[in-house]
Amino acid sequence: MVPVSNYLALAAFLFAIGFAGVLVKKNAIIVFMCIELMLNAANLTFLAFARQQGSMSGHAIAFFVIAVAAAEAAVGLAIVIAVYRSRGTVSVDEVETLRDS
Amino acid sequence: MGITAEQVLFWMFAVPLIASAAGVIAARNPVYAAMSLVSAFFWLAGIYVLLTAHLLAFVQIIVYAGAIMVLFLFVVMLLSLTDAELGLEKITALKWVGITGTIGVLVLLVSAFVQSGPRAMKAVGEDFGTVRAVGRILFTQYLLPFEATSVLLLVAIVGAVVVAKEKI
Repeated sequence: MVPVSNYLALAAFLFAIGFAGVLVKKNAIIVFMCIELMLNAANLTFLAFARQQGSMSGHAIAFFVIAVAAAEAAVGLAIVIAVYRSRGTVSVDEVETLRDS
Repeated sequence: MGITAEQVLFWMFAVPLIASAAGVIAARNPVYAAMSLVSAFFWLAGIYVLLTAHLLAFVQIIVYAGAIMVLFLFVVMLLSLTDAELGLEKITALKWVGITGTIGVLVLLVSAFVQSGPRAMKAVGEDFGTVRAVGRILFTQYLLPFEATSVLLLVAIVGAVVVAKEKI
């Protein structure tokens, strides 16, 4: 029997990799992929606790997280396309109109 | 204590999962990153099966590895960035701060989980995580959030079209 802490530690590693990608990567599309990784780590935590408690509410929440991730990907990628069209770049370092210069 | 098949399967799924997740942030080309992410989703689906979440494992493959990653690849190919536009990743001082913060978060989380000790799983019934059981809970206890999700998806479709369209 694999204890629940193994699954939680795995989710922590997955979350940390996604978090590092969001902070370090320059390409907006890869930043989005790293956000998906973080959402998946949250899902893994929900499912691990659902299995531990023997309650299926975590499955319902994970289902909603997947739906929200789909909506987020659609809107986020539309924003990436709009930014590329107006600025000609998808680098998050160069899109800085809102930044105080 | 002998090694059970479950433990072997856990490590068989966990190690490639972390490797492909690391591949996402190691890749410079977004296409390679997307392919690593697809492979990470497949390994994660295996972990979900170990947690007896069969429906979620299939939803993970169909929705994430199927629909969402096609959307990502579609945008990557639509923009078709050249090597010059991709540029080189510069590790600035601020990014070192980010990496240090990430390691801090990881150490904090893992030490908390290790301190909580190896808690065993409860025994679950045969229908745990199946389509029938998850469907029943979605359409009874979580009916309102389930219906709200459909509104969310509609808003996302309309929003994506409005944002990405050149002239409305």
